[in-house]
Amino acid sequence: MLLTDSDLQAIWLTIRLAGITTLILLLIGTPIAWWLARSRAWWKGPVGAVVALPLVLPPSVLGFYLLLAMGPNGPFGQLTQSLGLGTLPFTFWGLVIASVFYSLPFMVQPLQNAFEGIGERPLEVAATLRASPVDTFFSVVLPLARPGFITAGILTFAHTVGEFGVVLMIGGNIPGVTRVASVQIYDHVEAMEYADAHRLAAVMLVFSFTVLLAMYTRRSPARKAA
Amino acid sequence: MENIQARFKLDWPGFTLDVDLNLPGRGVTALFGHSGSGKTSLLRCIAGLERASCGRLVFKGKIWQDEKNWLPTHRRPIGYVFQEASLFPHLSILGNLRYGQKRSDGAGRVGLDAAIELLGIGHLLERKPDTLSGGERQRVGIARALAVGPEILLMDEPLAALDLKRKQEILPYLERLHDELDIPVIYVSHSPDEVARLADHIVAMDGGRAVAAGPLGETLARLDLPIRLGEDVGVVLDATVGEIDAEWHLARVDFAGGSLWTRDHAVPVGKRVRVRVLARDVSLALDEPGMSSIQNCLDGCVESVAADDHPGLLLVRVQVGASLLVARLTRRSAAQLGIAPGLPVKVQVKSVALME
Repeated sequence: MLLTDSDLQAIWLTIRLAGITTLILLLIGTPIAWWLARSRAWWKGPVGAVVALPLVLPPSVLGFYLLLAMGPNGPFGQLTQSLGLGTLPFTFWGLVIASVFYSLPFMVQPLQNAFEGIGERPLEVAATLRASPVDTFFSVVLPLARPGFITAGILTFAHTVGEFGVVLMIGGNIPGVTRVASVQIYDHVEAMEYADAHRLAAVMLVFSFTVLLAMYTRRSPARKAA
Repeated sequence: MENIQARFKLDWPGFTLDVDLNLPGRGVTALFGHSGSGKTSLLRCIAGLERASCGRLVFKGKIWQDEKNWLPTHRRPIGYVFQEASLFPHLSILGNLRYGQKRSDGAGRVGLDAAIELLGIGHLLERKPDTLSGGERQRVGIARALAVGPEILLMDEPLAALDLKRKQEILPYLERLHDELDIPVIYVSHSPDEVARLADHIVAMDGGRAVAAGPLGETLARLDLPIRLGEDVGVVLDATVGEIDAEWHLARVDFAGGSLWTRDHAVPVGKRVRVRVLARDVSLALDEPGMSSIQNCLDGCVESVAADDHPGLLLVRVQVGASLLVARLTRRSAAQLGIAPGLPVKVQVKSVALME
């Protein structure tokens, strides 16, 4: 085996982190994207901007604020302490929460685009065919937005796999707990283990390319509304 | 109790809708007017797809909308046909048809099988919407609306997005609906031909208001407000094919008030048809005309006289039996004949269009 045990541990941790983050974001991001696609409220703009912030913010800035919020004196940290959960920084679940914030736009924006692309008409048709709004969402919106869900899921997963700055700020570098693949590569380089860094980096490169290739080749021509 | 009271006020930038109508609870009612006249907005208000802040809608005694009540679209017993068929692309044709049928309480009068049969789409059920022609898609759209078993069918220019050939393909199906359905249909159209063929009642819309409303024949014969179905003023008569003259390729159609000869269109004897008689094709005489190229001569009585668009012309409404015809005369010939209400006249009809 080319990879060391600690490499494999880091990869497994990374996959777990990305998987859980993607699942949580599917649940949180879908209603946010639906609301952003449908709402005409004036505060839709500010909300959309906040959702997009992680796209432009340096990960260290995001990580810094999350660290403060989740720390012993931060509002979120005090909440978790009062619930008997301790503080979250430098734990796996702290990393999950940070990743949810960090990857939020990669889930919300493709979904929002997909929802907006469906337009008003299929919803009106469903209403005239006796479907309640909730029924319409599951029987019409979800199937029609399927390509958007696949794109959003892949992007969120891949983006979480690739995070580094936020991990360092929130999770540190604890083997098996918060040491994900990107941090492991950093460690290898710091320790001048270039051969190890090369192998893990190559795995990451192949993974990222495969994901993007899959996404770009499966994208069938946009289905025309009949 | 059996009718539909619809009062709506919509105020949008650059557009207002302000109607107060009492629509019949049976037959086909055409909402007729130019684009932008408010006919589609009115239909959407009836469906609950648009919510007029100030409105009242009572369907056969049941309140769908007033100051306090609002029945959302999915709880109204309607069938709605959109201008584009708007089929769900992720479902097969059968899936589209079943979508509404599954969700309706089944109390409706048209079943899924009946709808499939009525629109002739039995051979398409397994296909996907994007493999169908525009005409086929629209037939599926109509069948889908019927399969929910609606108590009223709302149609928003179902033929407008189709070319002439596809229109001709669907019109016979719509005529079957008209003949075989006993639910009211509200049919939005700007096509004079569709209105003349399908409508029993007409609501003429202009600038967000209903300028005239009533039974088709009566409303078209109104002189104070001549509604031009297409190029000219004229009336539409319900008639039955009474006789075919094979030698001369003519067909006799009988209406309430007399008979008219028209070109034989291979319509079988006994079939109900509609004929359109334009005012410019009707002339009046005092005596039985002698030899004339005009085959159709009826006995009538002048009912009323009104000015036409041109100062040299008049429109004359003539009672023929139970029906009304409209004739266009020059002012001079009207003066020479002494045309006045109550005058018995011979009505010569030069041309009759069979709507088929």
